[in-house]
Amino acid sequence: MMEPAAYLLLSGILFGIGVVGVVARKNALIILMSVEIMLNGVNVAFIAVGSHLGDVTGSVFAFMVMTVAAAEAAVGLAILIAIYRLKETIDITELNVLKW
Amino acid sequence: MTGPADLIFYFVAALTVASAILVATLPNIIYSAVALLFSFAGVAGLYVFVSADFLAATQVLVYVGGILILILFAVFLSNRISTVKISNPVHFNWQAALLCLALFGVLSYTAVSTKFPVKPGLSYQPTTAEIGELLMTRYLLPFEVASVLLLAALIGAALLSRPEGEKERSADMEEPK
Amino acid sequence: MEALARSLVSAVPAIAGVPLWTVTLLMMVLSAAVLLAFALTFGGLGSYVLRKVAGDIQVRIGPNRVGPYGLLQFLADGAKLLLKEDIIPAKADRFLFILAPYLVFVGSFAAFVVLPFGVGLTASDLNIGVYYVMAVTSLVVVGILMAGWASNNKWALLGGMRAAAQIVSYEIPVGMAIMPAVLIAGSLSLQDIVRSQGGLLGIFGWNLFHNPFTFFSFFLYFTAAQAETNQTPFDIPEAESELVSGYNVEYSGIRYAFFFLAEFGDMFVVAALATACFLGGWHVPFFRAEALPALWGNLLSLAVFLIKAFALVLVMMWVRWTLPRLRVDQLMRMSWKYLVPLTFVNLLGVSLWLLIFKGKGIPALIASLIG
Repeated sequence: MMEPAAYLLLSGILFGIGVVGVVARKNALIILMSVEIMLNGVNVAFIAVGSHLGDVTGSVFAFMVMTVAAAEAAVGLAILIAIYRLKETIDITELNVLKW
Repeated sequence: MTGPADLIFYFVAALTVASAILVATLPNIIYSAVALLFSFAGVAGLYVFVSADFLAATQVLVYVGGILILILFAVFLSNRISTVKISNPVHFNWQAALLCLALFGVLSYTAVSTKFPVKPGLSYQPTTAEIGELLMTRYLLPFEVASVLLLAALIGAALLSRPEGEKERSADMEEPK
Repeated sequence: MEALARSLVSAVPAIAGVPLWTVTLLMMVLSAAVLLAFALTFGGLGSYVLRKVAGDIQVRIGPNRVGPYGLLQFLADGAKLLLKEDIIPAKADRFLFILAPYLVFVGSFAAFVVLPFGVGLTASDLNIGVYYVMAVTSLVVVGILMAGWASNNKWALLGGMRAAAQIVSYEIPVGMAIMPAVLIAGSLSLQDIVRSQGGLLGIFGWNLFHNPFTFFSFFLYFTAAQAETNQTPFDIPEAESELVSGYNVEYSGIRYAFFFLAEFGDMFVVAALATACFLGGWHVPFFRAEALPALWGNLLSLAVFLIKAFALVLVMMWVRWTLPRLRVDQLMRMSWKYLVPLTFVNLLGVSLWLLIFKGKGIPALIASLIG
């Protein structure tokens, strides 16, 4: 069992990597993957601290996050496929019809 | 438990972080998905370390068995093997790097500076029963809301991925009379 | 495993100087090696039995050249697969092509760790056993998808996508059909599930005869699990006549052997789970194997467990050579429109039964009526 600070640092690193992925990449699929990494980082923090305090509430919260992540992936990917069918691309720099 | 257990922790943490970095930087989207697999598996390993056994299995089941498969499907449906490499270059810009570093600085400062209450005598307890009980009592409302959310997502995804003019198409899928 | 290592260290003074974690690690490696040896032997002999059964059902003899009754055929096949040239297609994605068989293999064999082979014979009795099996088998899907993609072959890709869609769809009925056993035992650990089916009621202590819903549940599980492991009435992913051989069409030699062994490993895991969850696991009918001395109790229960599991494997082979293959849309319809609702209704039925009759099954109720 490590210090919770170690897990929190790791969680921060994962979250940071996710942010880089979301900001620096133009492919919508990679952005979705990076969002999943961010959610994973958050879950690590929840569970590590919960386990350190001997309280499973952290696990329950992480469980809810996973539920939301699954729903988000399903709908997000369905939207991506629909967009790809329409525009033949999932590069977000080219998906700018809502911009004016 | 010092010595080998710590070493394994550092190994798993390094695996998780390294594959996460690969996800965010690899130009080939399929390789990103593979790296994502190892990142998810590493996080599941970390959950085992903090004795969250149920969550570790859920992590593998939901992320590897569900989300990663969906992502792979989306990759297959939106790319061709020959076009995968050129289709998504990495755009590095310094604002992004700065933002990320600042964010990480704040997060790590908070993590290190927080004083956690020391609770000695913690052992590897099974958490499944406790999680189930909490979900059915104290967190019943969030649990129900989550199930409604999942149902909505299910219907929404099915509706979105259905091609236009489904009525004519579905006729050929019926049993031959 | 650590407790076992501690008792071993205290029992054998010669290894008292060795650090505890080394002993634990060595024992883990040893039990993994035993399981792997068993799985490989099962894969080999299983392929021989499969071909013999196919021969019987199709009124031919089957393998009969190598060794007496062709018994050594699997060794010859193994040697052939090992020695064959390892071909990687020029246009394939080399890294993924090499990685995919290992993922499938790991996903299939990681499930062996929690199987309750006997009274005390479990490599690791995880308290989330059933759930763990469900989780690790999802690795297989990733491996299959990667194999399909990396081969750069349209048959392989089609097979891989079909396999992934099928396995993901059938994971839900499989999980829901096993739930009744979990509910009755009140635990996810496979050993606890098996122990909950003991008692002197003999075979009537089995979950199969607990109540009408569990009886039905066993058949739902067996059907869904057969589809999840791509066995023949549901072998759409490899349908020889449409897809040549599906996701593994470009694989040869030892890499093909990995897929092949993983398929047999899956078969055994399905049979073993059905045995443990519904057919009383290692319980000997009308006899308490736990009461015997440790060695004999373990051996007897191991034999009983293997007999039950192998009988189920034989049934799977029988089904495999009897029924014609389903079409893709029929397969999906069967999962989502029939199996999933049925398993949910079934789960509800079992829950209500347990609530109304306070966890007692029909045999226990009859027994309490009589005396």
